[in-house]
Amino acid sequence: MGIAAVDVTKRFGSYTALDNVSVTIPEGSLTALLGPSGSGKSTLLRVIAGLEQPESGRVLIGDEDVTNRPARTRGVGMVFQHYAAFKHMTVWDNVAFGLTIRKRPKADVADRVHELLELVQLEGLAKRYPSQLSGGQRQRMALARALAVEPSVLLLDEPFGALDARVRKELRAWLRRLHDEVHVTTIIVTHDQEEAMEVAGQIVVLNGGRVEQVGSPRELYDEPANEFVMSFVGPVNRVGDTFVRPHDVEVRLEPEDGSTEAMVERVVHLGFEVRVELVRDNGQHLLVQLTQEEAEQLELERGQIVYVRPRHETVFSAG
Amino acid sequence: MASNAAVLERPTGAVSGRAGGALARGVAAGYLTIVVLLPLAALIWSSRADGADAFWHQATRPEAVSALKLSLGVSAVCALINAVAGTAIAWVLVRDRFAGKSAVDAVIDLPFALPTIVAGLTLLALYGPGSPFGVDVAFTRVGLLLALLFVTLPFVVRAVQPVLLELDTEMEEAAASLGAGSLAIFRRIVFPNLLPAILSGVALAFARAVGEFGAVVLISGNIPFKTEVSSVYIFGQLQSGNGSGAAAVSVVLLAISLGVLLLIGAFRRWRTKHDYA
Amino acid sequence: MPKYLLRFGALGYLSLLLLVPVGFVFYRAFEHGLGPAWDAVSSQQAVHALELTLLMAAIAVPANTIFGVILALALVRSRFPGRGLVNAIVDLPLALSPVVVGLALFLLYGRGGWLGGLADHGIKILFAVPGMVLATMFVSLPFVVREVVPVLREIGTEQEQAAETLGASPFQTFWRITLPAIRWAVAYGVVLTTARAIGEFGAVSVVSGKIQGRTETLPLYVQAQFEQFDIQGAYAASVILALIAVATVVGLRVIHPREEES
Repeated sequence: MGIAAVDVTKRFGSYTALDNVSVTIPEGSLTALLGPSGSGKSTLLRVIAGLEQPESGRVLIGDEDVTNRPARTRGVGMVFQHYAAFKHMTVWDNVAFGLTIRKRPKADVADRVHELLELVQLEGLAKRYPSQLSGGQRQRMALARALAVEPSVLLLDEPFGALDARVRKELRAWLRRLHDEVHVTTIIVTHDQEEAMEVAGQIVVLNGGRVEQVGSPRELYDEPANEFVMSFVGPVNRVGDTFVRPHDVEVRLEPEDGSTEAMVERVVHLGFEVRVELVRDNGQHLLVQLTQEEAEQLELERGQIVYVRPRHETVFSAG
Repeated sequence: MASNAAVLERPTGAVSGRAGGALARGVAAGYLTIVVLLPLAALIWSSRADGADAFWHQATRPEAVSALKLSLGVSAVCALINAVAGTAIAWVLVRDRFAGKSAVDAVIDLPFALPTIVAGLTLLALYGPGSPFGVDVAFTRVGLLLALLFVTLPFVVRAVQPVLLELDTEMEEAAASLGAGSLAIFRRIVFPNLLPAILSGVALAFARAVGEFGAVVLISGNIPFKTEVSSVYIFGQLQSGNGSGAAAVSVVLLAISLGVLLLIGAFRRWRTKHDYA
Repeated sequence: MPKYLLRFGALGYLSLLLLVPVGFVFYRAFEHGLGPAWDAVSSQQAVHALELTLLMAAIAVPANTIFGVILALALVRSRFPGRGLVNAIVDLPLALSPVVVGLALFLLYGRGGWLGGLADHGIKILFAVPGMVLATMFVSLPFVVREVVPVLREIGTEQEQAAETLGASPFQTFWRITLPAIRWAVAYGVVLTTARAIGEFGAVSVVSGKIQGRTETLPLYVQAQFEQFDIQGAYAASVILALIAVATVVGLRVIHPREEES
């Protein structure tokens, strides 16, 4: 089922977390709510879940207006950043929880739990307690638990935030594959643009309680709506009113038409790519991204003078 | 353990604050009212019944004043001794290692668990007439102090222990790497962090000591103007039918208890002032 | 060297103040053998005192446990005006003299008090069991609340929210998620409450009238026997109370490590 938030406003005391936000989530999609802390992304997720009540606006799941319904009747599955594992229950009991309280027959529950544990690759750990699992395993358990009651919508609140970098990367790919298999409408909240770009088909960029832009990862990167989106979604050089991506900066050893002089401050080799930090004579710093080949050809060194020119610039109209 | 008053910060979770929550709150409020508030309200009301002058007259009678001075004085000395002894005991329990430490740790709770009258009796047996040590402090202020030290023993220990346990030894290690000696480390790093906890424990011990009845009633002899504390005075007034006298002094003790609780709250806010969010 | 000084100083203080006196009571009680000690506590008066004491606890402890958990939930999970005040009221029994507690009850339910009329309708509060139960409930109120509040605060609401999104009703959430998470804190609080309820002396002293065989609890019995120069009886009853206290301390020890585990 698709989800829609229509003109949602949420305040905490005098602080406005969401300001007339409207978002449409297509059925079966994997959408990311992306933004810095305080942007309102988690709040929006919780309003959709029913854990927070908006001051105004509506939430629709499928075609139904669920705004006034409590969380437990909305059919949402939720996964939290710190797992929210039921610490006193085994993995099995955790996953079975939603079914147990609905008084499903034991045999059915057993079948479903087995199915899910296999899906999330935790078979064999059924009798363990959450404290005996790694962070990544706990989060997979949390996902299985949320999926057990066949929710129409899956909501993930910074699910990989508490895990270390390698596990995070693994789980991102794993989530993508899971979604391909299960096809539940999924919303993931994250502040990590790389994560959003990697995992989601559609990204909603939020800032200060407002939607900045909605689009596919490609659209956001190539056609950002404003400065905020552009700089949030990837590194960017700002020269006056123009914005240039590091990989759109041409570096030459000889001056050319339209190029500017700059000195190499630092060359960082990151394996496949080379990052060059330059400084202009007016003190401005520039970041350039080159392929290893390009860098080798230029034989760049600290202190060297080069000439830079943008291959592609972006200017945003005022307002 | 029962060392710090319940911590109050911003509530966590609006989820349960709906219908079920309101019912629960109502029920709890009703219980609290019937069991605690109503009797205390009746006490305060009763003390005002004859007017402010009568109240003042009863509260300032020589015997009452003497009892109050004694209660406050002995409790203060008791609290001070506890500050030192309690901290030392907490230190030994946390930082030292010896056989039977776990048992010693458990024993600290004994004054919490033992009826006060039994505490008084045991001290009287050992340090009163017929003492095998040949010591007799019955009917003296020393005996009084002894009884109070017994019942207030756990307060400072249990207040300091968790703070000491939690104390990031990294701070002490950093100080050592910067050249500080043990005494300096204690004075400048450990002690300032322990102080709020010590003061909380001391305040609670003081409040407990001021109101203590069962432990002192046997050993002190309750001699007016010598070893009679306020709680015993109140009891005596009640028995001889002077209800207003009893009520007046009781209200004074109530005010002292409330004041101490407010102080402890302030200490806690002080303690968490420097904590990370 | 200061380490040993500190250690022996601390242990010495504890011994002289705590261990030796308590051990001495056991000695004195059984000084003349088990027989006389047993006789002393099996008198009808003593047995009744013990029964009455246990009755006090049997009523006060469950009441303070149930309401204690509800109070703790209200204090931690709800927003309402006067939380600070409620918090102070809950802590008051810890800082207030038991005699003041007894007097307050006396003034409320006695002749001329706001609820003094109850006696006229045949409901005797003072000089009877109900008054003693109320006194016991008052003084043993804080313990479960204070043990549960920090644990509730620490576990946060995420588990409860997760349960809600999984379809659990508020009751199901409380029963299956919240309660198991706080069970050790509740157990610890119950042990403390029980010890306090059994050992209460001052407040019960005031409201009971100390009527032998009717409103005399075991602690009151100890005092009565001492004043009547039945030292043997006083010590013997003290031993029973001391044994309960030791059991309490052992119980606390057993529960506490578990508390840290979870």
